[in-house]
Amino acid sequence: MKMTGKNPLNSLFFMHLQTIRSLAAYDMKNLFYKKPSWPHARGMEYFKLEVFLRGRTNVKKLVTSTILGAGLLGLSLSAASAQEPLKIGLVSVLSGPQAALGQQVRDGFQLAIKDLGGKIAGRPVEIVVIDDELKPDVAVTKVRGLLEKDKVDFVVGPVFSNILQAIHKPVTEAGSFLISPNAGTSNFAGKGCHENFFVTSYQNDQPHEVLGKYAQDKGYKRAYLIAPNYQAGKDSLAGFKRHFKGEIVDEVYTPLGTLDYASELAKIASSKPDVLFVFLPGGMGVNFVKQFRQAGLAETLPFLSAFTVDESTLPAQQDAAVGFRSGMSWAPNMDNPQSKAFVKNYEANFNIVPGSYAMQAYDAGLLINSALVATKGKTDDKAAVRAALKKADFASLRGKFKFNTNGYPIQDYYVVKVAKRADGKFQTEIEEKIFTDYGDTYAAECSLK
Amino acid sequence: MSLLAIQVLNGLQLGLLMFLVAAGLTLVFGVMDFINLAHGVQYMMGAYLAATFIGWSGHFVIGLGMALIGIMVFGLLLERVMFRHLYTRSHLDQVLATFGLILFLNQGVKMVWGAAPLSVPVPEWFQGSVLLGDGILYPVYRFVIIGSGLLMALVLWLVVEKTRLGMLVRAGASNATMLSALGVDVRKLFMVIFAFGTMLAGFAGAMAAPILSVEPGMGDQVLILAFVVIVIGGIGSIRGAFAGALLVGLIDTLARSYSVDFMRLFVGPAAARGIANGLSSMFIYLLMALVLFLRPDGLFPARGRT
Repeated sequence: MKMTGKNPLNSLFFMHLQTIRSLAAYDMKNLFYKKPSWPHARGMEYFKLEVFLRGRTNVKKLVTSTILGAGLLGLSLSAASAQEPLKIGLVSVLSGPQAALGQQVRDGFQLAIKDLGGKIAGRPVEIVVIDDELKPDVAVTKVRGLLEKDKVDFVVGPVFSNILQAIHKPVTEAGSFLISPNAGTSNFAGKGCHENFFVTSYQNDQPHEVLGKYAQDKGYKRAYLIAPNYQAGKDSLAGFKRHFKGEIVDEVYTPLGTLDYASELAKIASSKPDVLFVFLPGGMGVNFVKQFRQAGLAETLPFLSAFTVDESTLPAQQDAAVGFRSGMSWAPNMDNPQSKAFVKNYEANFNIVPGSYAMQAYDAGLLINSALVATKGKTDDKAAVRAALKKADFASLRGKFKFNTNGYPIQDYYVVKVAKRADGKFQTEIEEKIFTDYGDTYAAECSLK
Repeated sequence: MSLLAIQVLNGLQLGLLMFLVAAGLTLVFGVMDFINLAHGVQYMMGAYLAATFIGWSGHFVIGLGMALIGIMVFGLLLERVMFRHLYTRSHLDQVLATFGLILFLNQGVKMVWGAAPLSVPVPEWFQGSVLLGDGILYPVYRFVIIGSGLLMALVLWLVVEKTRLGMLVRAGASNATMLSALGVDVRKLFMVIFAFGTMLAGFAGAMAAPILSVEPGMGDQVLILAFVVIVIGGIGSIRGAFAGALLVGLIDTLARSYSVDFMRLFVGPAAARGIANGLSSMFIYLLMALVLFLRPDGLFPARGRT
């Protein structure tokens, strides 16, 4: 690059470059820099940053000014009492085709905080909402911002498993708590479990296992399975087969985002299975369910599914999905007072029926509240907060709820069935309990106690 | 009726749906030399307008008619506000601008209609299905899609081959500069073609709405397939779009249904499934590569185009 020195833009750019360099140097240094445990740690960090930014300036001047600055900072910090706001980062997908799920998570969590009066253990709550755009690299950059700039104590999110894989390490290594309201991958349930990671939904395999067990209990002999051709699709069918011992007629993996399932439907009809198991989330499920109903298969072939007919897709599937089954730990008709109040409240606020995504996010809000009530609003003592979180001492919308050793739930699972309500809206309804106090199989590999 | 015959029918149906999208794209691309990446979102707008108007009027045909008028007005508006200023710009500028329009409209429909997918019911007369042997039912509405695709192909053929407007379109596809030099108002012609192309995309979206999920971003997958179709068929040629769309529809459907069985002849069942899954979604692109290799201008190139 040629530097003319005449163009003001050039010198501006060069200055910018300098800043980036110093910041990068600070970041590198920070990697090997252990945070001191004394109370004005935050002041210390600013001090170091300033040292690095100033670079080669007059050392004497620098020392006096920074000592002065750090002193002032320390003063202002001690002036802030225990009433300083509790900062929670919310990571969710709010753009792209999957935004409908992300909005339920965001709205469910915000509703929980609203119902708590906007305060947790007397501290006002500040929620920083970020959109992960369903891109792992974007999620990591934004989450680092949450941790370093906003200094959040809790990160709630994300919706999708690939984002969880990306943000798990940055959050837990920064010493913040990560609470997943939806994604629950097997690696973090087993060997990769972490004491600061909690899941308020399920381990990913479990909703699929519910249907496999159900098909086995009902005595179906020949099952036909369909899932998209990617990792979650393969995990799904493996989960179904864990408890289903009958014959698998065929196991079909369709390309992600398939529009027209006519050729698959013709094959299903001609192979005449006893039962169909489908995992086609989002728009794929809408396409499949409509076409399945139109092909006249719904009258003769039992339809079992996971994440294919739920409250996020039912507004588009409507009558086509009525009577179809799915597996979940909760449904909007759950019979307990807190769940009934939640559903009514959610519908009044957002004018849609809440799905399990919203329920799990709401429970995440209640969980954080229960922990901070136990520590009287203090977040400094991480061990105390962690112990309080592990107790899960809150009235979950699904009734019974507790944590396994790996931070994943132990709870009941049901087969739920799509129904049309009296007011014309559609929802899933609990039909039959399949598992009681069911934990995941990976917990045995987790070293946490 | 055998399973093979039914799969061929499925392939035709997918092909005709693709033809409706690709016909508009090939006209705009071929005649105006304009790369319109926003063709997919015009398809999406058609589906959204159909969902809105059918819900509002409670009648499929009335709603469809209103949606077609709506999408045409929308197309004219887009032409006036944005596309008109891009005709003389480079292809890269056009790609950038229309890609921006994709982002803008995908986000726009989310703000207006929400992120959750919408539902369009199958019109009452076309509900139900026909038994085609061995317990396989074929939905009546899919015959409607086949019928409307064939009808649209016929109308387009008549317009392009037998009318004065069609003559201008063909002339424009061959050499737009010469056409302009001969005293034809090319700007006006472009406007008409663009509005018509938008309407074709919107019609495809509206017809697909009862069988597909109406959601933001639904046009993006269709757009790629539509480009494959027009590259195979020959840019600017309606005949090419028709042949290309049917080929793509048939090959995609048949590959998906039979590649596993086919691979089983050579390898074990587990390996066959793995290979076939990868292969079946690749077939149409292999076809495109083959066509580009053997006939770089496509199967039925527009006459006189270089």
